[in-house]
Amino acid sequence: MASNHESHASVGFYWMIAGILGVITAMEVAIFYIPAIGGALVPTLLLLSIVKFILVVMFFMHLKFDSWWFTGLFLAGLMLAVFMVTALIVLYAYLPRFRT
Amino acid sequence: MSDAGDHHYTSTGLPSWKIGFWTFIASECLFFGTLISTYMVYRTSSVQGPFPHEVLNIPLTSISTFVLLMSSLAMVLALDGVTRGNRKLAMGWLAAVVVLGLVFLGFQAYEFTHFVHEGLTIQRNLFGSSFFVLTGFHGVHVSVGVIWLTTLLILSARGKLPPEKALSVEIAGLYWHFVDIVWIAIFTLIYLIQ
Amino acid sequence: MSVATPAPHPTGVWSWITTVDHKRIGIMYFVTSIFFLFVGGLEALIIRAQLWKPEQALISAETYSQLFTMHGTTMVFMVVMPMAVAFFNYIVPLQIGARDVAFPRLNALSYWLYLLGSLYMNVSWLWGMAPNAGWTGYANLTSTQFSPGQNVNFWVIGLSILGISSILGGVNFITTIVNLRAPGMKLMHMPLFTWMTLVTSFILVTAMPVIAVALVLLAFDRFFAATFFVPTAGGDPVFWQHLFWIFGHPEVYVLILPSFGVISDVIPAFSRKPLFGYPVVVYAGVLIGFIGWGVWSHHMFASGLGPIADSFFLASTMIIAIPTGVKIFNWLATMWGGSLRLTTAMLFAVGMIAVFTVGGLSGIMHASAPVDLQQHDTYFVVAHLHYVIVGGAMMGLFSGFYYWFPKVTGRMADEGLGKIHFWLAMIGFNLTFFPMHMSGMYGMPRRTWTYAAALNVDIYNQLSTVGGVIFGVSALVWVWVMLKGVRSGAPASPNPWEAPTLEWSIPSPPAHYNCPALPRVRHRDPLWREEDRAAIEAVTLSVPEVEPEMPNSSFWPIVVAAGTSATWMLVMTGRWWAPLIGLAFTAFGVFAWAFEDPFRKKS
Repeated sequence: MASNHESHASVGFYWMIAGILGVITAMEVAIFYIPAIGGALVPTLLLLSIVKFILVVMFFMHLKFDSWWFTGLFLAGLMLAVFMVTALIVLYAYLPRFRT
Repeated sequence: MSDAGDHHYTSTGLPSWKIGFWTFIASECLFFGTLISTYMVYRTSSVQGPFPHEVLNIPLTSISTFVLLMSSLAMVLALDGVTRGNRKLAMGWLAAVVVLGLVFLGFQAYEFTHFVHEGLTIQRNLFGSSFFVLTGFHGVHVSVGVIWLTTLLILSARGKLPPEKALSVEIAGLYWHFVDIVWIAIFTLIYLIQ
Repeated sequence: MSVATPAPHPTGVWSWITTVDHKRIGIMYFVTSIFFLFVGGLEALIIRAQLWKPEQALISAETYSQLFTMHGTTMVFMVVMPMAVAFFNYIVPLQIGARDVAFPRLNALSYWLYLLGSLYMNVSWLWGMAPNAGWTGYANLTSTQFSPGQNVNFWVIGLSILGISSILGGVNFITTIVNLRAPGMKLMHMPLFTWMTLVTSFILVTAMPVIAVALVLLAFDRFFAATFFVPTAGGDPVFWQHLFWIFGHPEVYVLILPSFGVISDVIPAFSRKPLFGYPVVVYAGVLIGFIGWGVWSHHMFASGLGPIADSFFLASTMIIAIPTGVKIFNWLATMWGGSLRLTTAMLFAVGMIAVFTVGGLSGIMHASAPVDLQQHDTYFVVAHLHYVIVGGAMMGLFSGFYYWFPKVTGRMADEGLGKIHFWLAMIGFNLTFFPMHMSGMYGMPRRTWTYAAALNVDIYNQLSTVGGVIFGVSALVWVWVMLKGVRSGAPASPNPWEAPTLEWSIPSPPAHYNCPALPRVRHRDPLWREEDRAAIEAVTLSVPEVEPEMPNSSFWPIVVAAGTSATWMLVMTGRWWAPLIGLAFTAFGVFAWAFEDPFRKKS
């Protein structure tokens, strides 16, 4: 009944992931201070943080190596949450209501 | 024919605790998603200051973000220690998670106090309301995690965390990593994208 | 082969307080929901008395506001949802061949949170401070500026407690259904009731956190002077509506899907025919669960969202009618060519389809934004919502009651009395709510304590009031059916209906361990296949040499429930340190729970 991991990731692998996470965070902060980036700032930051998110979920939370059940349960909640945040942003930022 | 070892039989071969906990994590996605939505909807609605660009301290928060990310590393190393039955490693890394978590909370406490001194409170404007409630609930989650991990640390010290009990450390790990990824979202959406 | 006789099970109040047995918890949910059915029903009857004539003043406007608020809140959160949960609790483990749910103590916790939260909200009546801002609690009526008393505080706190109960229950049932099915039972072999329980649990787990946050934001506004819904600070009352209905629309699927599940089991059983298009009915249910997330602003057509938003939600709302319609066709096709037995359970199931369809039709009318602008906030909506919730959800639950009564009690209910219940309920229900379509079309507004004589809707109101009394009487008949059945019903065999699903393979009532050993299931509707039935009953009806090990009772669920509830309730003192006391108590309970071994042998 206790779960058995197939090939358990090595300690070194985890350090590498952590290193990548640190580097990406540093990149994000650096980009924040570059005025020349202009309109590309938001998409770049979103992309970088999505990469961090995926790394933590797939490797630290082990979803990549675990059963699809866990991925399914997680994605169900995550997708609904992303949908809700997006819908509300669209409703408020892009569809202004008639205001008196 | 039928299964005798009843209260251990599962349809998926997976531990019920893990299925239940991932379901709970899905639920928490919605919880934090709603808090983040609130912040995003009200981002430009504050009628008076202080405004985000006036008080948010990116360099400082980058450090606390890095601290939290490294605590996730410590967490997987702690789980690795427990799984391999190495009590010293397990205790060491569990203690590291706790310390890093406390450091993060320390940064939060400093930030909150500093903001209040700058005149940003829950009552002051929508930025204050939505910022403090969002990051406050995140901080509460971190605190619960710290208590949980301290409990595991004490159990490990007493020799009560053998490899057979690795699942409970794994679940605590899932919780901790989730709190970390919520922070990744918060750091990007609230601090970096202003 | 002999029928297993249940081992003597502990009795007494303490055994119920500490029970972790899904069957006992199911019974507690059921009995408690009946109690609140009468509380909510009484509130409705007082409303109906007040509305008997125009411009009456039997009660004050303030009392009226409290009555309709509590009627709605009670019926949705303390009656229909918990009654469905009662069935989830008792029946689902039996249908999948499990010993109990995945987390028995968590299950008990959910019940005690439900009881404490519900009692807490109702205790406000004692001080005449019942919640009074509608079951939807729109901002900024709910601000301290416009609702300065404690009324709305009771609502916020009580509902928060109930929300936790539901989320934990959802986690429990998802895990149970995913992980504790009998060997060989694939997902597409499960009874439809279990499938709908799974979908409902998903909706609960994802939608309830949204209202939890909405309530948190409102609580912060009320208790800590935050600005979330304060217009002068830039807050937007319409944002409350968004958050409430992002929860609220999936919530109505929580209300109806369990009943869809019930009749999807009942109709095949009493048509002696398997459910027509089982996979389609499953997929339709799953689709409803997902699309239900994309329709919420059809509750806000009158809130000025603009034509683009309105059009989107109009379209999505019409689309979601399709999977529902598909299910109806499947039920009808199941009955077609079947050998029908019109037992009370079947009458309620068929009645539900008819009446729910009426509610669905008025719903489709509401889906059109321009049409809705005339219907919004009138009694036309009251008609619609009662047709789908009472005619749909409640009638379905009545069907489930009559279907599973023999399994739970070991006795047969009086079918003659049951039919009286059915006809009284149908007549009373339709007489109450059909005239509301008319009074609504003529412009009678909702949530107002009286109406003008010039509206000329007196006759409709009078019909509704008479209908309400008849419906109330039918509820008394129902209780009589329960008491009579339990006391003097004929003993029930394991499968009095010759139904096909697994719960009918064990004795009525089941032993406390449900099955002596886990049966192997190879197909859907296993008891309608001779080979499968023989193999299963050889296991399920045998007497075990050694009783299977079940988890011990536990005191900690009620302690944690009390602590959690106290933490929330102490927020109402307005002192920031008071909830910490409750938190400490809760933490103590949680630690004791975590370190308790549920399988420790008691001497």
